[in-house]
Amino acid sequence: MDPIHVGRLNHAYGDGELRRTVLRDVSLTVQAGEVVLLTGPSGSGKTTLLTLIGALRGVQDGSCQVLGRELIGAAEGERVALRRRIGFIFQNHNLLGFLTARQNVAMALEIDPVMPEGERMARAGAMLAAVGLAGHEERTPAHLSGGQRQRVSIARALVAGPGLVLADEPTAALDRVSGGEVAHLLRDMAKSRGTPILMVTHDPRILGIADRVVAMEDGRAVAAAAP
Amino acid sequence: MNALTKPSLLPWAPEHGREAMPAAAPPTGTRPEWGAWLLLPARFAWRQLRAERARLLSAMAGVMFAVLLVFMQLGFRSALFDSAMQLLSVMNAELFLINPQSPAVTQPEPLPRARAYQALAVPGVTHAVPIYLAQAGWRNPRDGSRQTIQLIGFDPDSRAIRADGLDGLAPALRRIDAVAFDTLSRPEYGDIPALFAERGPFEVQVDNRMVELVGLVTIGPSFAADGNLMMSEVNFRRILRERQPSNTDLVAIRLRPGTDVAAAQRRLRSIMPPDAIVLTHAELMARERHYWETATPIGFIFAFGSAMGLIVGMVIVYQILFSDISNHLREYATLKAIGYATGYLARVVMAASLILAVMGFVPGLVLCVLLYEVVAGATFMPLTMTIGRAALVFVLVFGMCAAAGLLAMRKLRDADPADMF
Ligand SMILES: Nc1ncnc2c1ncn2[C@@H]1O[C@H](COP(=O)(O)OP(=O)(O)OP(=O)(O)O)[C@@H](O)[C@H]1O
Ligand SMILES: [Mg+2]
Repeated sequence: MDPIHVGRLNHAYGDGELRRTVLRDVSLTVQAGEVVLLTGPSGSGKTTLLTLIGALRGVQDGSCQVLGRELIGAAEGERVALRRRIGFIFQNHNLLGFLTARQNVAMALEIDPVMPEGERMARAGAMLAAVGLAGHEERTPAHLSGGQRQRVSIARALVAGPGLVLADEPTAALDRVSGGEVAHLLRDMAKSRGTPILMVTHDPRILGIADRVVAMEDGRAVAAAAP
Repeated sequence: MNALTKPSLLPWAPEHGREAMPAAAPPTGTRPEWGAWLLLPARFAWRQLRAERARLLSAMAGVMFAVLLVFMQLGFRSALFDSAMQLLSVMNAELFLINPQSPAVTQPEPLPRARAYQALAVPGVTHAVPIYLAQAGWRNPRDGSRQTIQLIGFDPDSRAIRADGLDGLAPALRRIDAVAFDTLSRPEYGDIPALFAERGPFEVQVDNRMVELVGLVTIGPSFAADGNLMMSEVNFRRILRERQPSNTDLVAIRLRPGTDVAAAQRRLRSIMPPDAIVLTHAELMARERHYWETATPIGFIFAFGSAMGLIVGMVIVYQILFSDISNHLREYATLKAIGYATGYLARVVMAASLILAVMGFVPGLVLCVLLYEVVAGATFMPLTMTIGRAALVFVLVFGMCAAAGLLAMRKLRDADPADMF
């Protein structure tokens, strides 16, 4: 079963006269372990597609199967459960400012209150070391650089061993060098775990990390190009 | 292919390579942590509160304010009721006669003195002591100012009132124009205990009569009277000449030890005409308290004051929780996006409000104990902290914070994980 299988997906915002279709007949498959980049002009619907696949928004029409679950008609509880199996990386790091790097990463493990505290902390620490932040565990986001914060985000997205990583322009807020570092780190970490990635990016410099690039235009997935 | 198969060649590869990576495994628990359901959100709430000291302090101040206000209101309320009961609580008799029209002992309707003699006819009754109550003008012997004082007239040998100092004074009080002064009376009367210690018995003016202050007793001021003078029935009437000698205000009935109080009460009831009702000591106290609680606006005023304190406190806590959520909407939305259910976030808000309840209550309680002492010293009211009142206020403030939390929680709906990307 493919981690992502989207078929003839349509999505519209608004009602009545204000109704605007932003996704039209989108079909997209991401295979196990695959790194797929989603590009396209602003407003073409990339983020919308990502929120539907990430179960952050209700699916209206078509089919959207993620990690073996059909999301059309899925209840809020099912969507929450699915989100726990997905690692999210946002454009802005979205770390919690009052928590240390380690505590932020551990938040992805606290959802499962059964895991002992010590194990959570150990796993979070190991994951931070894996993203190159050993020694920075006890810093709060305010005391980390932009690139370091995104690495914490990567650690948080991966620490619970998700079946899929979704990222929306994770390098947009970073300079060229740290953007490249973050993109490659994410790709490497996911690859080593066999975790598929669907990443939206405008950044042509990181297209090289992709197994496949899907371009979107005006709500349609227009081309599937090899990088 | 591309660079993905040769990660070691990447110029950006982090120093820490794959060797350090932990194996990705789904989180599996070995032993369940009981209480994690509530403790984890509570810890999260605490970390969030702690991060913003100024906000935390203002929230604590808000709760403390409510705690203080409610404590003061309840304290005053019970002090007033206690003080209104002061005179009755020193009465030493099993049964009492009072005119049913009297709303309270301190506002008596006339009771025929003959009822006391009638009561003596009932088997088991050893004493039936008429007690006279009135307000009169007291001339402060130090500065000549005039204060209202309560006069209590009764047979000092009857022991119908148990007040410290009274026993030894009974012979002196039998003398013409002799009175005893309540040491707990407010200082406006002229610091009489000090004066008495200095000079011994001295003359004072009560209404238009000079009387001799022959000793000190201990009763305590009440809501109706800032001070008390005790005297014999005869001396009472000498001061208050306009009073009908055939009427009294209250009759205290003492029974022979071992007498069945309920049976004596029934007997008395059966012989008393409708202008006298027969009450036990507890019934008289309850009747008096009921009057102060219901017939006067006092009960309402203090309940209203307490409610205001709680409402203001709730609004403050709500405001702080609400703006806290508003300021952290992105963070709450992030939590929702990574798989936290709304219930978890609701527990965070609830925990925050209850943490504030505790953090505001404890210093509020300490401050209040101090304030009680200051106020009691200034007003001579019996203001004391009781465990029961502390528990009641804690429950009220806990409820207040929980209500604020429930209201603020609605704001969580605005945290939409779909806005995160
Ligand atoms: N919550 C929303 N309500 C209404 N319209 C929306 C909403 N979110 C997005 N849109 C509209 O839907 C269209 C697609 O938006 P989307 O964010 O998916 O594009 P995008 O490809 O991610 O663009 P960008 O590259 O600028 O991020 C846009 O026209 C946008 O204005
Ligand atoms: Mg977008």
